[in-house]
Amino acid sequence: MKNITAVFLKQVKETFRNKAILIHFVMFPVLVIIMENAIKLENMPEHFFVKLFAIMFVGMAPLICMSSIISEEKENNTLRVLMMSNVKPFEYLIGVGTYVWIMCIIGAVVFAVCGGYSGKDFCVFMLVMSVGILLSALTGAVIGIFSKNQMSATSVSVPVTMVFSFLPMLSMFNESIEKIARVTYSQQMSLLINGIGNTDISVENIAVIGVNFLIAVVLFWGVYKKKGLE
Amino acid sequence: MNAISINGITKSFGDKKVLDDIKLDIKKGEILGLLGPSGAGKTTLIKILTGQLSAESGKSVINGTDSQKLSGKDYSGFGIMMDNFGVYERLSCFENLKIFARIYGIKNDRINEALESVGLSGDKKTPASNLSKGMKSRLRLARVFMINPDILFLDEPTSGLDPATADEIQKLIQNEKEKGKTIFLTTHTMTEAEKLCDNVALLSDGRIVEYGNPKEICRRYNHQKKLKIHLTDGTEKEIPHDENSAEIISELIKSGRAETIHTTEPDLETVFMELTGKELTA
Repeated sequence: MKNITAVFLKQVKETFRNKAILIHFVMFPVLVIIMENAIKLENMPEHFFVKLFAIMFVGMAPLICMSSIISEEKENNTLRVLMMSNVKPFEYLIGVGTYVWIMCIIGAVVFAVCGGYSGKDFCVFMLVMSVGILLSALTGAVIGIFSKNQMSATSVSVPVTMVFSFLPMLSMFNESIEKIARVTYSQQMSLLINGIGNTDISVENIAVIGVNFLIAVVLFWGVYKKKGLE
Repeated sequence: MNAISINGITKSFGDKKVLDDIKLDIKKGEILGLLGPSGAGKTTLIKILTGQLSAESGKSVINGTDSQKLSGKDYSGFGIMMDNFGVYERLSCFENLKIFARIYGIKNDRINEALESVGLSGDKKTPASNLSKGMKSRLRLARVFMINPDILFLDEPTSGLDPATADEIQKLIQNEKEKGKTIFLTTHTMTEAEKLCDNVALLSDGRIVEYGNPKEICRRYNHQKKLKIHLTDGTEKEIPHDENSAEIISELIKSGRAETIHTTEPDLETVFMELTGKELTA
């Protein structure tokens, strides 16, 4: 536990000094506050920007932050020092993962407040966001482990985040894209968030998110077995 | 009892044999210097000894444990400083050490002591990104010293540093030796090896070509056996190093013409060159 705490606290210390990571945690929450308060159009769905940016935030922030932190540590050889100091790979991943998850959950609370969710709706919103953040963080870990350095991590994580972040938005305008996007967890999250207060969680939502989760776990295990953490 | 025993370690990368049947024993409290040019296999051997790489054949034992079976507990018994080991650039010197203090359960006092010992106490709040290369090396050393290990593996600790900083780091290493630590040091700087090491092993193309006390090795390869006398008139005189020269030396001293007298045994660089035909600093 002390090793996980050491890794977690290291990340906390770095929060305000690592601008590249910090911007991903704050960009969408700040944007949603501005947009929700600044733009009011006729016929615009209620809390349109909350629903739109929440999915983008989940598809982008945990994935990029996780892959960036791991790949930077690999590139700078600080990860090796941790491993040689009796920090187990799973302890490191839990430490970094917990940090990323908590930081994103703080962002998710901002979305929930801006969206005016309360009671059961708040809980459902936070549950959907939590699962999405976990899935994206796991995908980010796969990319981080797979990549040798930050440059290669970025070149993989950017297109992946584009798919998960933007497919739900594009689905609003194109039915064909919507059909394809339904197999991604981010689209299912978008459906869930848009349905809060109106529709219940469906079998399709759970099945697709479950399969996505399973794929991420299998990928994580495969990449970790092949590449390890160094 | 030996702190480190290396018995027949062999390692290849592809077709290239990097280490070939390496055998070494390092006693507790000894500094062993592994000397060789870049690419000789020094870092590979440290990686095998510290369990970062596995050997093709042979066995190495650290503090009584097979280096391929080292556990977390064993790792706390030795400190590793490798040239490519990074520091957290955005964190201060103190915060860098604090991470590892948490892992090893070390109190803050010990962090301050470690920073003090490497002369970084005045920079404890300085971000590592603002440190010079030499200061970063000292911070890496502080990380090793802080955990107070019995065995230190130091891979080229003064590589790329200016002479003054290198000298400071050598003093720190010497201090650790005086505390009874066993130190496995790799270097391609012969003066560093001569200054610090009880024994040196000369490594070339993956093989140990000579082993022993640096001064003994130099004496062993003293084929010329001459004395070099620097005279007060600025000239130099070379005479055989035997009983017949005693009168000449005596005469020169009595007449006040002898300024300095030196033996002409080779240095480790020359010995390495004689054995391998290569330069140590290549």
